[in-house]
Formats: sequence, structure tokens, C-alpha cells
Amino acid sequence: MILTKAQYEEIAQCLVSVPPTRQSLRKLKQRFPSQSQATLLSIFSQEYQKHIKRTHAKHHTSEAIESYYQRYLNGVVKNGAAPVLLDLANEVDYAPSLMARLILERFLQEHEETAPSKSVINSMLRDPSQIPDGVLANQVYQCIVNDCCYGPLVDCIKHAIGHEHEVLLRDLLLEKNLSFLDEDQLRAKGYDKTPDFILQVPVAVEGHIIHWIESKASFGDECSHHAYLHDQFWSYWNRLRTPGRSSCSVFKSSLASSWKKSPPKIIIRIGL
Amino acid sequence: MAAVLESLLREEVSVAAVVRWIARSTRGSEDNPGEAAALSSLRPLRKEFVPFLLNFLREQSSRVLPQGPRPRQGPGSRGARSQLFPPTEAASTAAEAPLARRGGRRRGPGPARERGGRGLEEGVSGENLPGAGGRRLRGSGSPSRPSLTLSDPPNLSNLEEFPPVGSVPPGPAGTKPSRRINPTPVSEERSLSKPKTCFTSPPISCVPSSQPSALDTSPWGLGLPPGCRSLQEEREMLRKERSKQLQQSPTPTCPTPELGSPLPSRAGSLTDEPADPARVSSRQRLELVALVYSSCIAENLVPNLFLELFFVFQLLTARRMVTAKDSDPELSPGVLDSLESPLFQSIHDCVFFAVQVLECHFQVLSNLDKGTLKLLAENERLLCFSPALQGRLRAAYEGSVAKVSLAMPPSAQAVSFQPETDNRANFSSDRAFHTFKKQRDVFYEVLREWEDHHEEPGWDFEKGLGSRIRAMMGQLSAACSHSHFVRLFQKQLLQMCQSPGGAGGTVLGEAPDVLSMLGADKLGRLWRLQERLMAPQSSGGPCPPPTFPGCQGFFRDFILSASSFQFNQHLMDSLSLKIRELNGLALPQHEPSDEDGESDVDWQGERRQFAVVLLSLRLLAKFLGFVAFLPYRGPEPPPTGELQDSILALRSQVPPVLDVRTLLQRGLQARRAVLTVPWLVEFLSFADHVVPLLDYYRDIFILLLRLHRSLVLSQESEGKMCFLNKLLLLAVLGWLFQIPTVPEDLFFLEEGPSDAFEVDTVAPEHGLDAAPVVDQQLLYTCCPYIGELRKLLALWVSGSSGRSGGFMRKITPTTTTGLGAQPSQTSQGLQARLAQAFFHNQPPSLRRTVEFVAERIGSNCVKHIKATLVADLVRQAESLLQEQLVTQGEEGGDPAQLLEILCSQLCPHGAQALALGREFCQRKSPGAVRALLPEETPAAVLSSAENIAVGLATEKACAWLSANITALIRREVKAAVSRTLRAQGPEPAARGERRGCSRACEHHAPLPSHLISEIKDVLSLAVGPRDPDEGVSPEHLEQLLGQLGQTLRCRQFLCPPAEQHLAKCSVELASLLVADQIPILGPPAQYRLERGQARRLLHMLLSLWKEDFQGPVPLQLLLSPRNVGLLADTRPREWDLLLFLLRELVEKGLMGRMEIEACLGSLHQAQWPGDFAEELATLSNLFLAEPPLPEPQLRACELVQPNRGTVLAQS
Repeated sequence: MILTKAQYEEIAQCLVSVPPTRQSLRKLKQRFPSQSQATLLSIFSQEYQKHIKRTHAKHHTSEAIESYYQRYLNGVVKNGAAPVLLDLANEVDYAPSLMARLILERFLQEHEETAPSKSVINSMLRDPSQIPDGVLANQVYQCIVNDCCYGPLVDCIKHAIGHEHEVLLRDLLLEKNLSFLDEDQLRAKGYDKTPDFILQVPVAVEGHIIHWIESKASFGDECSHHAYLHDQFWSYWNRLRTPGRSSCSVFKSSLASSWKKSPPKIIIRIGL
Repeated sequence: MAAVLESLLREEVSVAAVVRWIARSTRGSEDNPGEAAALSSLRPLRKEFVPFLLNFLREQSSRVLPQGPRPRQGPGSRGARSQLFPPTEAASTAAEAPLARRGGRRRGPGPARERGGRGLEEGVSGENLPGAGGRRLRGSGSPSRPSLTLSDPPNLSNLEEFPPVGSVPPGPAGTKPSRRINPTPVSEERSLSKPKTCFTSPPISCVPSSQPSALDTSPWGLGLPPGCRSLQEEREMLRKERSKQLQQSPTPTCPTPELGSPLPSRAGSLTDEPADPARVSSRQRLELVALVYSSCIAENLVPNLFLELFFVFQLLTARRMVTAKDSDPELSPGVLDSLESPLFQSIHDCVFFAVQVLECHFQVLSNLDKGTLKLLAENERLLCFSPALQGRLRAAYEGSVAKVSLAMPPSAQAVSFQPETDNRANFSSDRAFHTFKKQRDVFYEVLREWEDHHEEPGWDFEKGLGSRIRAMMGQLSAACSHSHFVRLFQKQLLQMCQSPGGAGGTVLGEAPDVLSMLGADKLGRLWRLQERLMAPQSSGGPCPPPTFPGCQGFFRDFILSASSFQFNQHLMDSLSLKIRELNGLALPQHEPSDEDGESDVDWQGERRQFAVVLLSLRLLAKFLGFVAFLPYRGPEPPPTGELQDSILALRSQVPPVLDVRTLLQRGLQARRAVLTVPWLVEFLSFADHVVPLLDYYRDIFILLLRLHRSLVLSQESEGKMCFLNKLLLLAVLGWLFQIPTVPEDLFFLEEGPSDAFEVDTVAPEHGLDAAPVVDQQLLYTCCPYIGELRKLLALWVSGSSGRSGGFMRKITPTTTTGLGAQPSQTSQGLQARLAQAFFHNQPPSLRRTVEFVAERIGSNCVKHIKATLVADLVRQAESLLQEQLVTQGEEGGDPAQLLEILCSQLCPHGAQALALGREFCQRKSPGAVRALLPEETPAAVLSSAENIAVGLATEKACAWLSANITALIRREVKAAVSRTLRAQGPEPAARGERRGCSRACEHHAPLPSHLISEIKDVLSLAVGPRDPDEGVSPEHLEQLLGQLGQTLRCRQFLCPPAEQHLAKCSVELASLLVADQIPILGPPAQYRLERGQARRLLHMLLSLWKEDFQGPVPLQLLLSPRNVGLLADTRPREWDLLLFLLRELVEKGLMGRMEIEACLGSLHQAQWPGDFAEELATLSNLFLAEPPLPEPQLRACELVQPNRGTVLAQS
């Protein structure tokens, strides 16, 4: 699926300061019925992450944390069953899962002698039953299942999507009888940075010679194209290049203008 | 300048600040403002600082070094350039003055063009032109000196001009060292700026350059009355001062008997002054100066790194002080910390200083050849002054594999007939063809005659061969004949001269690999012996002029004698073409992420290939430079003034013979400087005096200067140039900057920001520069003058052999037969020669094929061994490890210990590798050779080729295997051990067998990501908050669980984390079902799930948990306080579903009774509302008491009041 810049911007416009909840996503789907849910969610997630990256710091000042914590405490004293934490997150425009982490950290600091380790926090977020306070456990759980951009469940979904697309790509390569080395084999050979697949015998696609393929099961906006080029694609190119060698990365859906701008050495293809 | 040093010594400014100040003024602003102020006032002097410092050090050390071992400058030798402190002054006439070699040689920008004596044809003639060998100290004191001598009345008290009777007259090539710097007249501006009063040393006018003598003990001329401005006046005073000193000093300060030619034998008889660290005077001062000096070296602010090292080595091995310390009245302890006293007051000071500097340059030292390292490590002075440095050097020596050998040339071989180019079809007529045939014969006749006679005394090339050569050239009438002859000439040149030092190894030149592979220990010893016997004792000091050693001399003389315009033109064309071709050669680049083990094998070959290409390029470029600039070179001094301008105008119109500027720029951009610069330097070293003044070449020099400055050795980073590559470039560039035709001021004039030298590259991230293509052998081959360092140290040892036990080891060949005769009479040598002879008679493609096969088979052999023998051993290691783990229990013991045990068991098996490797090469090589050679190859040739290929491949593979097999096995076993231990670790379930999907599966199940997302939606709906119209239909739930089953059965897309989350979500879903918390969509409003529906769903879940999940399912979460707490919300509370679920879990074996009991037990500990706790207790009792019933119909809670406990609100 290829979106025009205008389409993309229209969607992105709708996402300005929208909480990352089920309801928001549903509204988005109603507004853009022609786009697939996966594309919308991917754009939503990317836009929201950009937003969080910009505003992250202001929620992490000690004053902010203290005030959130006090508001949480006051809220649950009044009504422990109300969605205190979720409402708080939505009100201050912060991801519910991240807010839950913030409050949980603060809570553990108060109740335990030593500062909680990251792994303890992560484990409690994955399984809120481990949180010693029942009310907080419910509040945290509510935040996590209601957050569609952050949190352990969302991370798992993203990971699963990536894995599934790699499998799809592998199946396709097998079906086309293309001989390849996958990431594990390459790693065993000692490559430090590897794409998903290196073709042992290059193929030509639409006039371009393809040597390696990287699957990116996400929406390619300008930002992510740029970041991927920088972090991964050029690294692959540096390691696998021979004269004229180019390569391919596969996005699920993408913004038209951005991928067309990508350098000729690296071909970005949308959809398998 | 002195002011800077002064303020440094007074600790007003830090060393770092000074170095920054020298390197780049702009950065000074970051410094401490006091420092910045102190230095900024001196800003105009910045570029003079380094030359000043270098000259200062030379001057200071002059009392020590005249006697020290240093390159000789004997009659007939070409060593003048090597003179650090070359003779000048009295014996020099204005024309001869430039004999003086500049050791420290830099001159500030002063009157520039008057340097006399430059432009003499050093090296071109190959003979020593009397008085021409040296390069003047850039201090250029002498240009003004002669005029002084002329205008002043003879000064009889000047011991330089009128040495005392009995002292040995100065050596023939020169007299007394001088590194004087031309006094810079004080300008108006400067005297107005008046920053000087704050310094204790006199201001600018008294810079050391005004010191006429190196022997003056107060180098900064302190004691001058303030206001003394006139140079003449100063000189006069200094002269008086000196004669005063001379009267006070009982020791003659002039050339000592040893000066001139300290031969090793005589040096040995000298009584060396022992150096004692305890007797070092003013340590702090020496340390500071050493630090500044080292920093200048490290930042490449000095023109020639190795020249400075040579100087430091000279200090280290200085034998005696000339002036007795006590005789100097100025040396009272009170002034020691200022600059009023000489820097080096004793041998102890010199050695201390040298060791201080060497400590800063350990990295460079550790990259020198093994022999030099050994001599350094065994130097007792170094041990005495810095045991730590000595220890590091010893360690470096022991770890070094950089044995450098400037191997010997076998006799010359002729270029064989090249059927492709030499056949009749390539000639215009029969006559031309036959003429060329004859010419070939004449050429080789001339060559043989030269070989036989050129070492005989009195033989003269021109007299012996000149007329024959010209006669031959005369016959080359047709243009095409010229090109044929030039091709032959060039091929022969490459074949004979490519090898080390251009000394003329023919066989080695073409393929150093063949002999070096066969060369075993004995052969090596014989070669070393031969090398020692035949290598010239000195190649002309640390900066020899460009020369044509060995066979190259023949080709130079041939060109000169032929003096044929056509020949020269064709030669230039041909050389340019070949240079372009070789320079553009795509040398294989190192793949940094390749498996290191195997690529090592290939890599050696690539490095060798690089060396061959580089050496060829250097040779070709040298001859191109020689021929191209030949018409412009002459013995007359360089033109000046208007004449020069007109010459410049004319010359700037002449296009360069080869567009070297573009080649250089491209080379830099493509990060191939390591290939391009060394040959460019050879080319430029033959430039005439006008060349650097031409814009075109000036650009080149500026590029080279910037490159030089950017090659800071201490900065190493990924993708940047390798250390030895940098060292090679620094060495060749340093050498170039010392060539007389390179303007002396060029180096310091260049003010462009050096750190801005970043070639904007579209270039490969890993150019040739970043690949370790240079090794010590190549470095020393290209820059034999680096070997002077070793000779200096060796001379010191031989001089002090009595004490140190003699390090000049005897090389004792193990064979007695044939000793003294041809070393290659040994069977290995003979084999090698036979192979050479064999290849010589065959087409070149045969040799290429054999070498290619040997190289590939050798490399494949290593890969094969790795895939078979090593892989087997790794498997053994794994099973051994498993056993070990079973016997030792879970802990298994320390992994490092385990690894040791395994390796000690397995590594001995590596010995099989050699036999297997041999067998592999034996089996594989002949077939490959046969497949690649033409069918028609005669059987005998074929079998010889096969045998050579087998031999070479075996040699190559076995050499690698025997050196690396143990390390390889170790590495692989280590990887296997850590793999196994990791798998052992935290997740035993991950090791359990996983079922794949069934054969019939078409992988159409819903994707796991989709399911997690769907279940997450249900969970979020259930947990809330939700809109009133939100909910799920029972059918949807059923469908969802059905899909979950499909997904779990088709494992195609399922990864472990996804399965884990699905398991957890399914448990959460069950809890919500049990607590009846899932909002169901129905026509009127939300209503509850029917009991039966709920049970059906729970059944589905139970079956999924039982049958389909392959990972662990966290069922205990069903009884977590949080999930049980959900029940508190229901009205009325209904416990039957939970009880049903628990019983089913037990029945299906999903959870044990005990486990559930434990969970229920811990539930009691949580805080619950009173009635809820009661009900919970009832439930536990029921579950524990009753045996499982088929259909429990219990509504335990119907009796209980509606809850008032915690309620999870619904919006």
C-alpha cells in the first residue's frame, strides 16, 4: 500500500494529541475506511512515538513525577476502582503504559528500601499480579491493555509482526527457488550486522540487481526510512557491497515520496 | 620563541597549550585565559616555533654528538645528507656552504631565495658530486655567514676558522657542524608591540638564530644589555663572549680527533661516558622540553618523524661530552631552571632526554623491525633510565614477527619472448622485426657486460658501453620499433629492480612468494649472512638523496648514455601508461567482517600483491620523474629574480607528463593514499628546483603537507588509516620534505587548517588505507633509511661490546658445504631456482595459473579442515561438555575451567590437520591445474606445474595450519561451550522439543500478531473503561478461541515470545470469564454470558492449554489475588465457574492439587473484605474436601449478601 504525501499528512493531522487508546483507533478507522487497520495502527504508533520522544523529558522531572504520584494517590483514595491512572495519563498527554511505569517506579521507591531494578519493573509490567499493591496492580493492568502504542503487549505484537513478515519473505524466497542465507546463518559466519536475507545468487527485479533483502513490517514514513537507512541499510551495503551491488528492503506500506528519495543503491519495495 | 619555552619552563603555560598554540591558534581560546594571553602575544612567531625548537635541540646537543656514532660522511660516500650537524663555516666557501646537511633544519620565513648550493644534481648522477651531497640546515645561517667571513677581519681567536695546531682537520666533506638559523632582523612592528618585558629572556632580537656558534653555552645569549638591537652588535658581543669562554675553557671546543670518520672499530676504542639517571641535572626542564618536543613529533609538526627519532637515538647513544662540565663557569646551580644554562649539561641529560622522548613514542618504536626492537630492548642505558619502557620494548620484541630482510638479488634474468606482442605481425616490416630481434640481443649483451664489470674499479659505463648503446638506438628508426624496445626496457626494469631497495632481485621481483615460501630456516640464515656481507653499511643516513641502487643504475646510465629524445619520449609514455594502470588496479579489499581465520590466508596473498604493485609503481614513477625532469636539471644553481619569473612563466605552460595532481586527488578521495602517495613521492623526488614553484605542483605539495599533518599516529579509529600505512606515508613524505629541491620553507609556511583536511569522500568506507596492507618488510623496503636507526644502535653496541657482551651475533650457517659459495646451492634454494627457471620458459599465464591454483587450494584446504576436522572436534567438545554437566550436576563448574579441560583434550588432535591438509592439496591441486591449462600442454610441463602447485598449496596451507590450528580449535570450542552453557541456562523449556505444524498444514491460520491484538482488545474492553455500546458477542469469543487453536497448531509464524503472550492473555481471558467480567453485546443492553456458554469457552481454553500450547502456560495466575479479586465484583458472586475450572485443571493434569492448594493458601494472606474472605475460605474447603464431581452444581454465593468490596468500576 502506497500513500501519497497528502493522504499521509491527512492521517497524521488527525493524530495530533490523540490518546493512544482503543477508542482513538476506532475513530481513525471510521475516518479512513479505505486504509487497512495495520497501516493506520502503524502510522498512529509512529506518530505517537514521535510525539512521546518530543515530550518525554517533561514527564520525567522529579516535580512532574511527584505531582502525578500525588494525584494518583488522591484518586485511588477516592475511588480505587475508577480508571485513575489511565485518566491521568490521557489528561497530561502521556502514554498510559509509560505513566504506569512512572508511578510504579515511584511507588516501589517509597515502599522498598532499595530502588527497584529495571528488570523488576519490567517483570511487574508484564505480569501486574506481582505488584504488591492490589489497587495499583489493577490500575497498571488497565493502562497496559488500553495502550495501543506502548507496553509489553504492544511490543510483543510488533515483534510478532516482524517475525511473521520474515517468515512470509522466507516462504516466498523458497517458493521462487532463490538460494539465500538467513540472519542466523550469517551471524554464525561472524557477520556483525546482517540483513534478514542475503541472496547467494543475486536476482534482478525491475532492472535492479538485488543482493540482500531486509523486511520491515511497518509503515515507512520519512523518518523511519531515514533512520533505517542510517542504522541498517548503509551498514549492510558497506559490508556486502561489490561494484553495482544494490539491495532491497521491504516495507509493508509506505509514504510515496519518502521511499522514492532513497538512494539508488538501496531499493525500497512496498509489499511483498 | 625563547619566550615561549621560557614561559613553559616557568609553568606559566601548559605543554598542551603550547602544542595547541603551535598547531592551530584558533583553538587557543579554550585555554586558560592566562595561558592564552601569554601565548597570543607571541602569535606572529607561531610558525617559527618548531624550527626554532628543532634547531635549539640540535644546537644544544652539539657538544655531545660530533663524537657520537652517526652516519659517516666519508670521501666518496654519498652520505652528506645524513649529516645531522654538517660541516660549514670556515672551510665552506659560499658555494660549498650548502654541504651542511640540515638535521634540524628549519628556518623561519626569512630571506629565502639565497640559499646557496641547492640544485646540485644529487643522486642523479649516482656519484658523489663533491660538495653536493648535503642539504643545508634550514637555519640557513651560512648564506649570511660567508659574507661575514669575507667582510670581517680574520678572527684569530676563532677556533673554528683557525683551528689549533694538532687538531685533526675537519673531514674532507665538510668541517664543523652548523645548524645556524638565519637571524631574523627585528621588524618595526614587532618592536612596537613590546610584549617582551614580561619574559626573563631577552626579546626576539636575541633569538638563538643570532648565535653564531653551536658551541656557545648560553644559547639564548643572555646577558645582553637591553636595547641591543643590531645584529652586528650582537654578533660582536657574542664573539667576545665566546673568546672569553675559550680562554677559560682548557678543553678545545673544536673538532676532536674522532670527528670526521668515527668508524666502528675506532668507536669501540673510545671510552664511553657511562650515563647515570641519578646525575641528571634539572630533570623538570628536560622533561618539559622533551614533552613539547614529543608532542610536536606526535602532531606531525616536524617535517620528518624518522629524522627526529634518529636524532633521539643519537642522543641515547652519545658517547662523550666535548666540554667538561666543570669548566663552564656559568653553570651555577642557581640558574639551572631557567634557560640560561645549556639544556644538555652532561651525557646523563642527553640520555634522560632521549628516554623521555622515546617513552612518548613507544607505539612507533614497537612497530619497528624486530632487529631494532631487540637492540633497543637490550640497550643498557634504556634499561637504566626507564626499566618500564625497556620492559615494554622487550615485550614488543618478543611479540614481534616483523623480521625484515632486505633480501639478495640473484643474477639478472632476461625478459622472455612475449609471443603476443613480439611476433612479426606487430611490426611494420620484416626489417623492423629483425632490427628489433638484433636490438634485443644487443640490449642483453650490454646488460650482461654491465653485470660483469660494473663493480670493477675504474670501469666506466659511458666509456664501456656508451657507443654501443647509441649505435643501437640509431638503428631504431621506425617509431614502432621504439615502442617495442621501450616495452622490453620497461619489462626488464620491472623484472630486475622491483625487489627490496631496488637492489635488483630479478626473481624476487616478479614473485617474492615463490622463494619466500620455500625459504626455510637454513636458507634464511644464509641469506642473512649474505645480506650482512653485501648490504652497504649505510644507505646514506636517515635522509639519503634519491639514488639508483643496484641494477637501477644500469637503467639510469642506459638512459643517460643513449640520450635519445625519441627513446625518452616513448619511455615516458609507456611509464605513464603503466603507472596509471597499476595505480588504478582494483586491489582486493579486506572484508572486515569475514571469518578471520580463513581470510588470514587470503589476506597474506593480498598484502603480497599490494607490495608488488606498490614497489612496481615506485620504480616506474622514479624513472618517470627522472626522465621527465631530466631536461630541466643541471649543476647550475637555481635561477633567481627575473630569470626565475620568466622560467616560471614558460614552465607553467608545459603540461605535466602525467596528471599526478588528479591522480593524487583521486587517490585521497578513494582512500588509496597508501598506494598513490609513495610512488608520487618517488616521482617528485626528481623534480627540479622550479617545479615546486609552479602552481600545479605547489597544489600537490600543499595536499601532501596537509596529508602529512593529518596522519597523527595516535589517532586510530575504525575505517581510518592503519598504523603501519600511516607510518609508511610519514616516512616517505618526511623523506620528500628533505629533498633539496623541495623548498625549505614550504613545510612551515603552509598555514591552512590542517584538521580541516578531511577529504570529502563519497568514497568507500573501507578504502585501501584502512586495510592493513603495509607490513614492516614493505616499510623497510620502501624506506631503507629507517634501517639507519638500527645501524645507529648496532654501532653503539659494537662500540661498547666489552660491557654488554656483544650483541653482534655471529650467524653460523648449519651446513658446512657450499658455505661461502652460492647460498642457493642448498636443495631448497635449488628447488626454488628450478621452479623459477621452469616458469621462465613457459608463458606467463602458466605461472599465474599455478600460483592461482596454489593460492585457492591452500585457502580451501584451511576451510576444508575447519569444516571437517575442527567441526568434528567441536561436536566432540559438545558431547564431552554434556557429560561433564551431567556428572557435575547443574552447576557444572567454572566455564573457563571447563574450556581448559576440553581444549587440553582436543587440541592435540589438531596435529592431524597437517597430514589432512597435505592430503587435501595433493588430491585437489593437480586436477585444478589440469583443468585450467590448455589441453595441449605437454605432459612433462603439466606434471611439473602440478607438482609445483601441490608444493606451493601445501606450503601455504601447512604454514597457516601449523601456526593457527590450535587457536582455531580453541576459538571454536569456546564458542560451542558458551553456546551450550547458554542453552543450559535460564530457559530449559526452550530446549524442549517443539512440534512443527503437521505436514498437511497450509499455514492459513490467523497470524499470531493479529490474535494478540484481538485478545488485547477484548481484555481492554473487559477491564474498561468502555463506552456503553461496546462489548463482544459470544460468537466472537468462540471464534477467537477457535482461531487461537488454529494458530497454535500451525506453528509457521509463531515465535516463542508471541506464544508466551498468547498463553498469558488466554489465562487472563479465563479469569475474566470466571468472574463474568466480559461485556457481552446484545440487542437491549449488556447482558451476561450464559453459564453454558461460559463453560463451553472455558472448555475450549482448557483444551488449548492442554493440547496446543507448547510453552508453559502461567495457570497459577488464575489464582492470583488480582484475578480472584475480579470475582468480588460480580453480583451475585458465583463461584461455581472457578470451582469448575479448578477441578478441570486437576483432572486434565494441567495443575496439581497441591499446587492449587498452595495458591489458595496464599490467597488467604491477602486482604479481602470480610464476606469475600469467608466465601473464599468456603471455596477452598469445598475444593479440598470434595472429590471431583462430574457436574458440580454449586452456587455457594447465592446465600451471601451482595458485595460491598472492591469493585472495578465500569464507566
